[in-house]
Amino acid sequence: MDKNPSTLPLPEHGRAAVQSQLVAGESVLSWLELDLDTRLHFARTLLVLTDQRLLSKEASGAWHVWPLTGELSLQNFDHAGVGTLELLDSRTRLTHWRYTLEFDPAVRDFITGFTHQLAGTRPVAEPTVCPTCGETIPAGIKVCPDCAPEEDNERNGWALLRLARFARPYRGRLLLGFLLTLTATAATLVPPYLTMPLMDEVLIPYQNGHPIDFHKAWLYLSGLLAAGLVAWILGWARTYLLALVSENIGADLRTTTYNHLLRLSLEYFGGKRTGDLVARIGSETDRINVFLSLHLLDFATDVLMIVMTAAILFSINPWLALVTLLPLPFIAWLIHKVRDKLRHGFEKTDRIWAEITNVLTDTIPGVRVVKAFAQEEREVARFRDANQRNLAVNNRVNRIWSLFSPSVTLLTEIGLLIVWAFGIWQVSRNEITVGVLAAFLAYISRFYTRLDSMSRIVSVTQKAAAGAKRIFDILDHVSSVPDAAHPVHLEQVRGQIELRRVGFRYGNRAVTKDVSLTIQPGEMIGLVGHSGSGKSTLVNLMCRFYDVSAGAILLDGVDIRALSVDEYRSNIGLVLQEPFLFFGTIADNIAYGKPNASRAEIIAAARAAHAHEFILRLPHGYDSLVGERGQSLSGGERQRISIARALLINPRILILDEATSSVDTTTEREIQGALDNLIQGRTTIAIAHRLSTLRKADRLVVMDRGEIVEVGDHDSLMAQEGHYYRLYQAQLRNVDTEDFLDRRTHG
Amino acid sequence: MADFTLARDSYGKLTLTDATGVEHRGISPVRAFPIADPEHGIALMSAEGHELVWIERLGDLPDEMRILLEDEIAGREFMPSITALRDVSSFSTPTVWQVETDRGPASFTLKSEDSIRRLGQDALLIADSHSIHYLIRDTRALDRHSRKLLDRFL
Repeated sequence: MDKNPSTLPLPEHGRAAVQSQLVAGESVLSWLELDLDTRLHFARTLLVLTDQRLLSKEASGAWHVWPLTGELSLQNFDHAGVGTLELLDSRTRLTHWRYTLEFDPAVRDFITGFTHQLAGTRPVAEPTVCPTCGETIPAGIKVCPDCAPEEDNERNGWALLRLARFARPYRGRLLLGFLLTLTATAATLVPPYLTMPLMDEVLIPYQNGHPIDFHKAWLYLSGLLAAGLVAWILGWARTYLLALVSENIGADLRTTTYNHLLRLSLEYFGGKRTGDLVARIGSETDRINVFLSLHLLDFATDVLMIVMTAAILFSINPWLALVTLLPLPFIAWLIHKVRDKLRHGFEKTDRIWAEITNVLTDTIPGVRVVKAFAQEEREVARFRDANQRNLAVNNRVNRIWSLFSPSVTLLTEIGLLIVWAFGIWQVSRNEITVGVLAAFLAYISRFYTRLDSMSRIVSVTQKAAAGAKRIFDILDHVSSVPDAAHPVHLEQVRGQIELRRVGFRYGNRAVTKDVSLTIQPGEMIGLVGHSGSGKSTLVNLMCRFYDVSAGAILLDGVDIRALSVDEYRSNIGLVLQEPFLFFGTIADNIAYGKPNASRAEIIAAARAAHAHEFILRLPHGYDSLVGERGQSLSGGERQRISIARALLINPRILILDEATSSVDTTTEREIQGALDNLIQGRTTIAIAHRLSTLRKADRLVVMDRGEIVEVGDHDSLMAQEGHYYRLYQAQLRNVDTEDFLDRRTHG
Repeated sequence: MADFTLARDSYGKLTLTDATGVEHRGISPVRAFPIADPEHGIALMSAEGHELVWIERLGDLPDEMRILLEDEIAGREFMPSITALRDVSSFSTPTVWQVETDRGPASFTLKSEDSIRRLGQDALLIADSHSIHYLIRDTRALDRHSRKLLDRFL
């Protein structure tokens, strides 16, 4: 389905119906097809804008017509994934239509067209930047020409085959490994072949009264030994080589996945649970690894052996060979039957396993809450439930699985029986010698034991395939903040930020709408507003943790989506409310954004951040270990380290997200000194709950429910007695801001 | 008895007049537990998003007001309930599902299995790529074919 139907003349299926409604000389300007009716049932409604009228065709086929007059207007809003488009005149709402958010862009375009038609103006087509590749899209075209939707067939392909991409660098070694496998397998097939002459030329003649030919016996026996030794050496070389390659492939897979994962936007991490991701990268890659190095290798060897054995058997006696190989199709069929059932089962166990891990990752970090509310019992019950479900699913898998192995064994026994019977019959008719029958039995007893282990490949393959699928789920996920295909490079960043009609929706909830703001280089902006007003969202958008849903953010006049993500972020210093310290030394933590920083630079940054002295008071100074498992630091100390971290990369743009909110007033004063050093000469955007911390701000931007409501400095905003005034008063009186605002609107 | 009155204005918006005679235009009724307990706990929110009135039970209201509210809720809440799965484009995500719902046939894109949430024992809540939520009230009540398809994602 075309996502932007309104750019096309008319939809195929509605063309005739629309034509019949038009009067002479009327021409269609744009159209819009919506997917819901007013009762919110799925039904198609068609809206057509002509140069004279607005027409709508309801799902029932009824047409409604409104001549275009100056007092008409269209407006849209949405709630919980459903949009409403209203047609109003100056007094009443004439009608309304509903649609799912999929149609939102088309609706906006339609409204723009409608408004321009009424006003008699032409829409100004602005070039936009493609959200996928970052290329500038020429005005008037809705879909980026470089990123026209392409069918992704590969995705549906068998996940394991896609691992071939990771095997490519090891082609040479894989080929060598294959040749070794071939020769090693051939060597293992020599001993059964030698049983034939041993039987016919040494043992049977002896039974018939001839003396044993020791020369021949020695010859064959040394042949057996030689074959064994060759097979041993070749087998060792092959196993070692291929295991090495598969370990390498596994390691590449793990690194690639982790690399890809870290580049995904925050949106992805918001929707995933840590336990699940840890399990995928850790154990799934390991499972694939084991599969490649052990099971797949064994399986390949077995297949080779079966093919070679079959060839040898046929060359000895085609009839007996045919009978010997008869059970094979049955077993293949059995394997195929069970394959599907088992795969779903294993996929299920994997998901359940992730669920168990999730319970752990939920409760262990939150163990203080669990204990404080004495909910150990309940968490254990949750764990037990997940475990129980794991048991139930495994039980179902095992039921099929347990039937599988014995069935193969049974078929093996029956196969042997058939060979014995047919062989004895052929010997009795002197068609084959006893030696041939002995050789056949020697071959197929190996052969069938291998079949048994081969049948195991079904389950391990399915497990590995399920694992591979879950890995590729991550690898297939396209970052929602993609890097530009041909990034623009900014020589010198001045630090001017422009928000141009920025809108952002999280899921189906619009968080910010139509925010426009220009921040001059070196200016300090204070973002103010009660929680949930969209301050942090704005900051996240400026850091490009998310991409805007509408509008654009420009750095020095360039859309940030056209810049490379890494380069753009290297210009931003971020100080968060809860500074995160990685496990490592303090020096490492300060130099996190610039790992090659000299010690002098680190110390200078620490001094400027007022962290130098307390660091020196620690037993190991800059070499003290911090972070999880490390030295514990107070909130203010951690914050000053994170300020030093931001100072060291010397960013043009600085973002302070409630940097002083989690500490007491005394500590805040210490941090404030550090912050004052930090913001000098940089474009700064500071969010603060405590308005007093924003005294240095050039301008204060007051936000309320996703919109900018006031802009100005402290004095002018106080004089306005608007939102800011009320926030300020509330803090003076030491009343919780939110409470205060609530009471105001109620009263 | 309710100490407020409700009316619909010519723009189709609900207007509430509270006990003190203050008019609030463009209010919206919101269910506190749309899935767990839709009949109890309905809040009337002002256009600014503040709670004006709390209604314990919809049935306690006079019919006229109750119908107004039910209409408004029906027009706001959109959670199609899946009655059958017709087809899925693939068993690996993203996948397009063709479903029958109580609001007619629909198709949507499931981005990943994580978008399927368990609500209690047998109910599922499925979010599509546009964050529209589809509800399956009772997986056991689905037909065999639907259950088989669904089972591949659980």
